[in-house]
Amino acid sequence: MSELKSGSNLEKVLNAGHFAFTGECGPPKGANVTHLKEKLNHLKGKVDAVNMTDNQTAVVRMSSLAGSVLMIEEGLEPNFQMVCRDRNRLAMMSDILGAYALGIRNMLCLSGDHQTFGNHPDAKNVHDIDSMQLISMVKKMRDEGKFLNDEDIDVPPKMFIGAACNPFADPYEYRVYRLANKIEAGADFIQTQCIFNMDKFRDFMKKVVDMGLHEKCYILAGVTPMKNAGMANFMSKFVPGMDIPDSLVKRLKSVDKKDQSEEGIKFALEQVEEFKEMEGVAGVHMMAIEWEHMVPEIAERAGVLPRPVV
Amino acid sequence: MIVADRKSLKEILAMVEDDKKILIAGCKGCVTVCNTGGLKEVEILASSMKIARKKQGNDIDIDINVLERQCDTEYVAGIKDTVEDYDSVISLACGVGPQFLSEMYKDQTFYPGVNTTFFGGATEHGVWEERCAGCGTCGIHNFGGLCPIARCAKSLMNGPCGGSSNGVCEVNKDIECIWDSIVRKKMDAGKIEDLMGVKGIKNWKTARDGGPRKSIREELVQGNI
Amino acid sequence: MRLSYPADVKIIQVPCTGRVDILHLLNAIEDGADGVYVAGCLEGECHYLAGNLKARKKVEYVKRTLTEIGIEPERVEMYNLSSAQGARFAEIANEMVEKIKGLGPTPVKSNTAA
Repeated sequence: MSELKSGSNLEKVLNAGHFAFTGECGPPKGANVTHLKEKLNHLKGKVDAVNMTDNQTAVVRMSSLAGSVLMIEEGLEPNFQMVCRDRNRLAMMSDILGAYALGIRNMLCLSGDHQTFGNHPDAKNVHDIDSMQLISMVKKMRDEGKFLNDEDIDVPPKMFIGAACNPFADPYEYRVYRLANKIEAGADFIQTQCIFNMDKFRDFMKKVVDMGLHEKCYILAGVTPMKNAGMANFMSKFVPGMDIPDSLVKRLKSVDKKDQSEEGIKFALEQVEEFKEMEGVAGVHMMAIEWEHMVPEIAERAGVLPRPVV
Repeated sequence: MIVADRKSLKEILAMVEDDKKILIAGCKGCVTVCNTGGLKEVEILASSMKIARKKQGNDIDIDINVLERQCDTEYVAGIKDTVEDYDSVISLACGVGPQFLSEMYKDQTFYPGVNTTFFGGATEHGVWEERCAGCGTCGIHNFGGLCPIARCAKSLMNGPCGGSSNGVCEVNKDIECIWDSIVRKKMDAGKIEDLMGVKGIKNWKTARDGGPRKSIREELVQGNI
Repeated sequence: MRLSYPADVKIIQVPCTGRVDILHLLNAIEDGADGVYVAGCLEGECHYLAGNLKARKKVEYVKRTLTEIGIEPERVEMYNLSSAQGARFAEIANEMVEKIKGLGPTPVKSNTAA
C-alpha cells in the first residue's frame, strides 16, 4: 500500500485494491436540507463516496461546498465538485481551503457546462483557469503547500484529486491523450461521463491500458441507469457529449413501458459486471439521476455490497 | 477590425424621440468595412428614421457626416463648428466613437447607434466572425494559429471540453469547436506532442481584468520634446 | 400588342436591378410614394449573373425596415419577369396598384406645414 495523499475513504478503498462504487447527488434548488438528507440517506452504506454537484447544467442550486458539509453530517463521504465557470482562482483556492477545513477530502475538478444551458443564461462566465489547470492547482496546494503565487499555505489541503473524462466527445482519437494530460496535471482518480456505447468504451480502455494510464490513476466508469426510452431519447438529443446507441433505445422500447425501468437497470447491471472484469477499470461511478432511492437495490443486485471498511 | 451591429430602429428612435434636429455621425474606419456605420449605412438610417417620424406626424431634421475616424481627436475636432447645432448626435462608430465625441464636446449628447461586438474579419461577403479577444498576451502560435481564448466558449487553454461533438461547440450548432480544429490540425501534422502537458495558467493582468489599458510609443509622444 | 397599365406607376429604368439600392427604395417611401416595386429579370436569367437576386435581398431588407416602423411591408415588392413578357408586365402593374389601393395612401406624410 502506497502512502495516502488525502486519507479519504475513497482513496483508501481504491488503494486497498477494492472495486470502488461511488454515487452522486444534486443539492436542492433551495435550502431544503430535509430533502437533501432524505436523498443522501438512500446512499448511506451503499457507496464509498458521493459526488456533490456544483450548479450542474448551470442551474443554480445550493453550493456544492455546503451540500458536501451537510453530507458529512449525515455520515457520508463527499466528493466535492468544483467547476471553473463560476469562480476565479481566488474563490477556488479559498473554497478548497474551506472545504478541507470542514472535513472534505475528495474533489472533482470540472470545466462546467456552459451557462447558456442553465437557468441564468445571461450570466458572465469566469473560466479564469480551466479544469486541467484546476487539477494542477489543487495538486500544488496539496503537495507543495503553496498557493498559485507560490506563497506558503498554513496547513495545506490534502485532497484526493478527481477529474472527469468523456471518451464519447470529439475528437475521439485525442481523448486518451487528454486523459493522459489530466493525469500528468495531478488527477488521482477519474470518473467518466455516463457510458452507454460499450463498444466504444472497450476500445477507449484498450488505448488507456496500452498507454499504461490505468497504472497512474484510478478510473471509475460512469453508469446511469435509464428510467425509460424517453429518457434515453432526451439525453441523446439534449445533453452535450452523450453517445447513446440506437440498440439501447431499441432494447428499452422492446419491453412494455412499465418494464422499461427494469430493463434500464438490467443494462446498467450488465455494464457493472463487465467493468468489474475490464482491465484498467477500478470502479463504477453510479449516477442515478433523481433516482437515489434505487441505488441500494442497484448496489445489492450489482453485488457490490457490503462496501469495504478500510 | 472592430465589428459592430446596428441597433434596432426602435431603440435608436426611442433615444431621440424628443429631438427635432439631429446629426448622424458615421466613421470611415472599421464600421465602414463591416458595413455598419459608413456613408451608406448612415444614409439608410437617416432615411429610415425620417420615414418613421413622418409616419408619427413628427418630422425630424437629420444631417449626416461621416468622419475620417472617430477614434482620433483631430478628426473628431472636425465637427466643432456645427456640433452644438443639434439636439443630439447618433454615432455609428464603434464604442470608441461616442466616447471620443463625448469627451471633446461636453455639452452635447451622443448616442451609440451600434452595438460593438468583437475583433474579427469577414469569412465571406456579409459574414464576420470573432478572432481575437484582445487579452494582451498573444499565444496563438501555441495553438496551431487558432485562438482558444477568443474562440472557445469557455476560453479553455487545455481543451476540448466534454461537450465537443462533430467539430461543433456544445453552446450551439453554429459555433465551431475551435479545440476540435486545433487538435485535428496538430494530429494531421503529426505534432500531437505539442498538445501534451498542461498549458500554464494565464496572466489576465494584460487583459481588461488589469484595468483599462494604454499603449505608449515613446518615440511618437510629442509632449516632452 | 398594345397593353395598358395604370398611370399610377412611374417607371424608373436601370440597366440591371442589381443597380437598385436600398436607399432608392427608402427614399421613394420617405418622399411619399404609396408603394414601390422592382421588376427584375427571371431568376437564373440575370445578364450580370446575380443582379436580380441581390435586388430581392435589398427589397427584403426594406420590408424588414418598414415592418419595424409599423408600415405595411407589402408596399415594397420584388417581381421577376422577362423582357418578352409584356402582358405579364401590365398584369404586375395592375396587381401592385390594386394591392396599394387596398392598403390605402402611405402613412408617411410630411407635417412640416403644421
